[in-house]
Amino acid sequence: MSEPMIRFDKVEKSFGTFNVLKDLDFEVARGEKVTIIGPSGSGKSTVLRILMTLEDITGGAVYVGGDPLWHEEKGGKLVPASEGHLRQMRTQLGMVFQSFNLFPHMTVLRNLTEAPRVVLGLSKAEAKDRAEELLELVGLTEHAHKFPNQLSGGQQQRVGIARALAMRPKVMLFDEPTSALDPELVGEVLNVIRGLSEEHDLTMLMVTHEMRFAREISDRVCFFDGGKICESGTPEEIFGNPKEERTKQFLHAVLEGD
Amino acid sequence: MVSWTDYLVPLSQGAWVTVQLTFWSTILGAILSFAGGIGKLSPIRPVRWLSVTYVEVFRGTSLLVQLFWLYFALPVAGDAIGVNLRLPPVTAGVLALSLNIGAYGAEVVRGAIQSVSKAQYEAAKAMNFTPRQTLWRVALPQAIPEMMPSFSNLAVQNLKDTALASLISLGDLAFKAEQLRNYYQDSTTVYTIVLFMYFGMALVLSVLMRLLERNVGRWRGARR
Amino acid sequence: MLFGLHWDTAHGDLAFAASILPMLLIGMWVTIEASILGFFVALIIGLILSVLKAAPSRLIRWPALAVAEFIRDTPLLVQLFFLYYVLPDYGIVLPAFLTGALALGIQYSAYTAEVYRAGLEAVPHGQHEAARALDLPARRTFTHVVLPQAVPRVVPAMGNYLVSIMKDVPVLSVVTVLEMLNVAKIIGDQTFNYMIPLTMVGGLYMILTIFASALVRFADRKLPKRGIALR
Repeated sequence: MSEPMIRFDKVEKSFGTFNVLKDLDFEVARGEKVTIIGPSGSGKSTVLRILMTLEDITGGAVYVGGDPLWHEEKGGKLVPASEGHLRQMRTQLGMVFQSFNLFPHMTVLRNLTEAPRVVLGLSKAEAKDRAEELLELVGLTEHAHKFPNQLSGGQQQRVGIARALAMRPKVMLFDEPTSALDPELVGEVLNVIRGLSEEHDLTMLMVTHEMRFAREISDRVCFFDGGKICESGTPEEIFGNPKEERTKQFLHAVLEGD
Repeated sequence: MVSWTDYLVPLSQGAWVTVQLTFWSTILGAILSFAGGIGKLSPIRPVRWLSVTYVEVFRGTSLLVQLFWLYFALPVAGDAIGVNLRLPPVTAGVLALSLNIGAYGAEVVRGAIQSVSKAQYEAAKAMNFTPRQTLWRVALPQAIPEMMPSFSNLAVQNLKDTALASLISLGDLAFKAEQLRNYYQDSTTVYTIVLFMYFGMALVLSVLMRLLERNVGRWRGARR
Repeated sequence: MLFGLHWDTAHGDLAFAASILPMLLIGMWVTIEASILGFFVALIIGLILSVLKAAPSRLIRWPALAVAEFIRDTPLLVQLFFLYYVLPDYGIVLPAFLTGALALGIQYSAYTAEVYRAGLEAVPHGQHEAARALDLPARRTFTHVVLPQAVPRVVPAMGNYLVSIMKDVPVLSVVTVLEMLNVAKIIGDQTFNYMIPLTMVGGLYMILTIFASALVRFADRKLPKRGIALR
């Protein structure tokens, strides 16, 4: 097949003297649904944050849709990306945050229409149509005119997903989308994500602790440890027959309570 | 024999001037607050320096010094370069009051913008807003309710400060009071009335500011 | 001529500035004196106000709250005129300087009272309970438990009000106090050159407030955050 949707090429990322990512090589194909699992501090979220351009990289290169993300070509050479290039690249990506990060001063509808209108230049009517469609998808049509703090955590996260989708990204990044939710609200959010995973063209990259869910919707699962991919394979391989000792230990620890 | 009611007409005229002075200098001061506060956070260095200098100079010196400088010294500077900078008392008064209150307000605006959570800036980036759109559409709407209690205090401060404009012969409440005292030599009555008039205006201003505060922060009050 | 000193208007701006600097410095000294005196008055009246505002009896608490609000909401200038012209009617004749310092102190007592309250409230409730558990008498609890913890919280806020008072001293010029701005105004009136003396006052004020703010920060740093030792 063609160029992968996402490619990390020997990526290094350090905060001060702490190396979060070490020489990371990692690919996600177009339309692929990949889940990253691993212990906290293993650099899982950093991968997503680098893709959303919330963190830069210290070394190596990242490609999205074949184009370098943190670099651009100038006079035949790769130079650090300008803000304009980053803005261009961001149009392909959408992100769902662990703590939702909705805009608290905007109604649900406005959360969904604001960026399409001012960033993509959609008309008011177009943006509203698009938003209403998405609200129906996440089952929140009747909450369109409420403010985020009038919604439950699960509802807020569904708005978060709809808001990201409103920009029509090719890649959706989910950063522990259910970790901040009360247990009884996790299901409604996972249902929405499950629905999305049936979209053929949408590439999905998710960091989660919901192992059963990861097993169910992923094409591929990557086990991260110490800033590297320790093991990668189909859900059956990783959950059913892990090869690496670290993977076994981790899965044993997290599945204990399941 | 004069009765205290005889003072009310001239004092009301003065109070009306005080109200107008307060109104215009608070509006202009608010604009300067935003310009200075946003300027202090600007990535453009000269803008940042200019804002920092403005805030430091006007917070570091006395309002009355600033007022006298604008009213007495500026015309001299104007003469030196051949420009007429003789400001009418109203202009000098409004300008000094708003420049002064704006410098304090700039610190409020800067603080409130900086108190908007990092998560909001990240969400804005993920939605691909430009820095400018992020400021106007995400950061400021959340920062403004945060500023309101301080702005209320500054508005009352500004109302009190307008009394200083009487010293450049602006006919405000404090000026009328001084005139009446001179004429009738009845300081106790005149100043008691005047103090209560200022107090009343301050209370009304506080209520107005509280209404404004509730209005800009409506989304915060919304609950399930 | 002022303070027995002469200004030099014949040899250019620089010579003029140099000749009036000693006069402005005399005025600056008056500014500093008025600030410090006013500050102490504010500390004392503010303390009284804050105690009255927290009184158990409504008959004391409510009037105290009203008085504090009234003081806070009315201009220093008018309060000063009130004291300056009204007190003599009742037989109290004070020098202008003292009247001015008193007015500053009264105006700022409304603010310092708030600082005392906030400082005392910031001492965690558990500290009072711990003192009670140890059977400390109320007075000893206050002097040895509450106060040492409240003081470090109060000092920086009070310091900032000292700086604010300094910037309000020029108001005292209206009752003939010869502080820095009044000196500059007199020089300007007599030489028709307002630009130089007024600009110099601005500069001197910058120096004064920067120095005072640094002093406040220094005091704040020197005070241990967990409370001061009494011995």
